Amino acid sequence: MTVRILGISSLVTLALTVWLGIWVTPPDRVQGDLVRLVYIHPPIAWVALYLATGIATLASLAWLWSRSRSPYWDRLAASSIEVAVVFTALTLVTGSIWGRPTWGVWWAWDARLTTTALLLVVLLGILAIRRIPADPETRARRSALAVIIAAVDVPIIHFSVVWWKTLHQSATVLNANLQPTIHGSMAWTLLLGFVAVTLLFFWMLAMRMRIERLTDALEGAELTDALEERWAEGAPEVEGVAR
Amino acid sequence: MWRDALLVAGKDLRIELRSRVVLNQVGPFGVLVLVLFAFALGPAPAPMLQAAPGLFWVAVLFAGLLAVQRSFALESGDRGDGLRLAGLDPAGIFLGKAAAVVAELAVLEVLLGAGVVLFYGARLHSVGVVAAACLAGTLGVAATGILYGALSSGLRVRETLLPFLLLPAVAPILLAGTRAWQAAMSGGQPVWPWLVTLSVFAVVYLALGVLIFGPLQEST
Repeated sequence: MTVRILGISSLVTLALTVWLGIWVTPPDRVQGDLVRLVYIHPPIAWVALYLATGIATLASLAWLWSRSRSPYWDRLAASSIEVAVVFTALTLVTGSIWGRPTWGVWWAWDARLTTTALLLVVLLGILAIRRIPADPETRARRSALAVIIAAVDVPIIHFSVVWWKTLHQSATVLNANLQPTIHGSMAWTLLLGFVAVTLLFFWMLAMRMRIERLTDALEGAELTDALEERWAEGAPEVEGVAR
Repeated sequence: MWRDALLVAGKDLRIELRSRVVLNQVGPFGVLVLVLFAFALGPAPAPMLQAAPGLFWVAVLFAGLLAVQRSFALESGDRGDGLRLAGLDPAGIFLGKAAAVVAELAVLEVLLGAGVVLFYGARLHSVGVVAAACLAGTLGVAATGILYGALSSGLRVRETLLPFLLLPAVAPILLAGTRAWQAAMSGGQPVWPWLVTLSVFAVVYLALGVLIFGPLQEST
């Protein structure tokens, strides 16, 4: 039920964002209609770079800490990494679409772009680790450790690349002196965009976790069935006698 | 922990001294990488000179990858659980294996450094900066390499998995090491941010390895 409410509210807020973003808000003085990407691209990037990866890191820590260890945290980490891959790829795609007309190139070796691309590769590596067949506990341990090793790396990658080169415009909302450089209807639409994409993320996360839970249950059930079949193979005569 | 680290490093290096796999196979491979890049860049000296610092570090990363694979191949198969059964401190095993890889890579880096100077005509103005960058960068490569090596050791897909995991993770070393070398070659550019980045990377991963190598060993 909660999942359904999440899904519906994300759909509604997304539709509102699209309506406000395309028809209601004015074009930008410098960027014209291109600025409308601002209602989608930063929210997606926020989910990809902070929310999803943050949840994956915390869930992995929770799994590794023996007192709170439970399959729940592994499912949460696995699901948020998968959703993070989708959102990181979307960040790169929407950023590319925005970069081509404004910067004149699809791709630039800018700090944030490079960090995001490396993050995508690192996340794909963790997914590759999860695909290696193993018993659930080993797989959970491997994946949690891989997440921790990668989580330590991402800030270092970010700062080294920032020093390396920077072209991307600085943050609009969360800048150093917390003075947003966006106003009026555009600011509200951007805020709505953040809410909508965040809701969408949590809905996808919840759906993904349900799939994970059902897969686990199915594997358990298959094992039980297989065991029962093997028992039944040796048992018919005994059953016949009993009847 | 330190005593176990010394034991493990001594064991790995003794095997290397007797088998000479890293020196006789990985070393020539690193030099070959430099030669191949020279072919790719063409015979003009200017682009080669410009690319020299980056190519040195790319060659170091490739060689480091092979050194890490070799380090875990020593304990593959029947000997897989030997180190764990010996009751050694996991942190000691981590530091020992990393130290052995650092020692092997240090020899290779001298070789590759000579290769860069000979083939590409690079001139290193401040040898101190070069040495400091190499030391910090190599510690970082070895620490991350041993962590990811342990994560992928014993898996059937380890040969393909390890480069996929390790190379993006050590991207900061490639960036910072290259910049430090460029500063050492031309002079005048700021060098401290890069040496700090390399050192922070190395310290963070050495500390992380000491903390998590125990559970990491259980995951194979």
